[in-house]
Amino acid sequence: MASANALPQTGPVRFWDRLNISTKRVIWAWAFLAVPIIFYAGIRFYPTFQAFWLSLTNWDLLRPAQFIGFANYQKMFADPIFWKVFQNTFLYLIIGTPVSLVVSFVIAYYLDRVKLMHGFIRALYFLPFLTTAAAMGWVWRWFYQPVPIGVINGFLSSIGIAQQPFLRSVDQALFSILIPAIWAGLGFQIIIFMAGLRAIPNTFYEAAKIDGLGDWAILRKITIPLLKPTTVFLVVFSSIGFLRIFDQVYNMTTNDPGGPLNATKPLVLMIYQTAFSSYQMGYAAAQTVVLFTILLIVSLLQLYVLREKK
Amino acid sequence: MRKAYVAGLAAGISFIAMGAAQAVEIEYWQYVFDSRVQAMDQLIEKFEAANPDITVKQTTFPYADYQTRVVAAKVAGQGPDVVQLFYGWTDQFVNGGLIQPLDPAVFPHAEIESEFFPIVSAMKRGDDYYGLPTAVRSLALFYNKALLDEAGVQPPNTLDELLAVAEATTKRDGSGNITSAGITMDMAGQDHHWWREVLIRQNGGVPYDAEGNVAYNDAAGAAALKFYTDLQTEKNVGLVGFMDEGQAAFRAGLAALTIDGTFRLGAFADNPFEWGVVELPADANGLRSNYSSYFANGIGATAQGEELVAAQKFLQYISSPEAMEIWLNTVGELPARREVALTEANLADPIRGPFLKGLEYAQTTQFYDEAAQRQTAIDMVNRVLLEGQSIEDSIAQAAAAEQAIIDQGRQ
Repeated sequence: MASANALPQTGPVRFWDRLNISTKRVIWAWAFLAVPIIFYAGIRFYPTFQAFWLSLTNWDLLRPAQFIGFANYQKMFADPIFWKVFQNTFLYLIIGTPVSLVVSFVIAYYLDRVKLMHGFIRALYFLPFLTTAAAMGWVWRWFYQPVPIGVINGFLSSIGIAQQPFLRSVDQALFSILIPAIWAGLGFQIIIFMAGLRAIPNTFYEAAKIDGLGDWAILRKITIPLLKPTTVFLVVFSSIGFLRIFDQVYNMTTNDPGGPLNATKPLVLMIYQTAFSSYQMGYAAAQTVVLFTILLIVSLLQLYVLREKK
Repeated sequence: MRKAYVAGLAAGISFIAMGAAQAVEIEYWQYVFDSRVQAMDQLIEKFEAANPDITVKQTTFPYADYQTRVVAAKVAGQGPDVVQLFYGWTDQFVNGGLIQPLDPAVFPHAEIESEFFPIVSAMKRGDDYYGLPTAVRSLALFYNKALLDEAGVQPPNTLDELLAVAEATTKRDGSGNITSAGITMDMAGQDHHWWREVLIRQNGGVPYDAEGNVAYNDAAGAAALKFYTDLQTEKNVGLVGFMDEGQAAFRAGLAALTIDGTFRLGAFADNPFEWGVVELPADANGLRSNYSSYFANGIGATAQGEELVAAQKFLQYISSPEAMEIWLNTVGELPARREVALTEANLADPIRGPFLKGLEYAQTTQFYDEAAQRQTAIDMVNRVLLEGQSIEDSIAQAAAAEQAIIDQGRQ
């Protein structure tokens, strides 16, 4: 087919024929790779750089963007709500990531030893991960309601404990949202941890047992160090997840998004509101740049701290 | 290149269009809400029957995306010819060049001002009107007849009676937790309008001064806020967040009273209990107020030539008495023209009557960013209820925050 088509156009054919097979392969490979690369550059890199530019303008969708220097950043850093939101975002991160990792590791560690109905139990843990965050958010939102419909408060009242405000409290709301968020991600982390545990050769454990090491020492000297690549992956993955938390917060507080009194508002929700409720696209872009910087720093820092020491 | 392409396309389209008796197609945009879309389908059908040379295409978007879509369409240069907008968005739409002023030759000002309810003035900027409503909304007090009968009380007519009825109908468990509320408390719903345009005025203040600046940071505003928060703190007849939302509590039959708008009539229609509506309670001196709002229809900035003429005809039709009658029967919203609304049958209607009476003395808040301004009211109440801030401090903070939004909106 190719040669039949190629015959009349002698010029390019000769050039193509002169190339050796490995060069041709490289060209073909690049020809296929070019499609996703161009797509990715158009969909990801271009908007990213555009966002940097927008953050220096006062674009509001309606009027053309005007360059206003760093005014958006000045406004943001002077805004107490931004710092409250900044603090919330880090609370989600520094509580959510360690708690979810420890819990999922403990579950994976013991689940790995369970033989009876192993697959079934594993599936149960994985189930919440498959559930839509929005649906889950709403179910938990009703769990947290005051009596007569809130399940948790109904239980507390029945055993004589005062009912708790949960989502209607500036102190409890963030944790009330964090619990379902951690729970939802557990299934995935457990599966990854179990895969990591399975990848550790059994011979190491046998050798350790012969040498007389106890369970605790095995865990500390063999399991945890050898799980490091898995842990690094999960720390980075879950940190980014908590820094970008949105669905749970938005769905559990839709009447007063991020409330009460901004007690639960993460950076992403603030960006969403600035952009799509107030239409201050420039200001929202500035907030996005801050989020991008935080994500970058946190990811690099974690990779550095948890790097392989040679 | 592009021009040639467009010209070619236009030539092609006009060639095709010649076959269709040179019909003009105009686009009408509104947000998705079943009964509104159905009502508009009916109106379009009747309009097209009367104007065979014009076809109207209805396009709808989910409410949450609606404004963004209108704005994005304008940026892309393909806006609608006739577009529905909330009166509170008018500034944004006018400043953004999304809609054009109505031609006074087609829509005479004297006629608008004499035939529509006065709240239509919220669509006026300078000397121009930018849109006309088909229907308007007002607030009223809904009551659960079963719960009131059970407590042996009548629907309240004044604020004092409201407190008495709420107290009589509140049910609490052994620990004092509310299990059925006397009145719903939901600032994210309609309560912020009640506070802003009704309670403040009944306490002798005004929410905004003549220039539109915040004016409630005074004794009247504080008294109004105290009345509201006392419902939870002092009287314990309501609880913010009870059953998640006020309307949910009422629908579940777990709230005796709730303040809501005409737009809720459809949702409450199939409540499994008997309910009724009365005017918002008067104060001790008999002073009443209400908040009215509406979606208006404007003409898109891009409509020109024969499309503009067609759009004007369509707008005339959908703000005509006939269209308002259809809208009232399909959607349940009140007609924006006095003569259509204030008929004897409507005023005697036990449901429509109280809302219509409310329209007579209703106020229409000049919003700059409705969502953000509502947020200041939500936060104001939360600071008092959740953080124990004093009424005066909270109202001062709310006033400053709302004024900042107004200043930003004016830029």
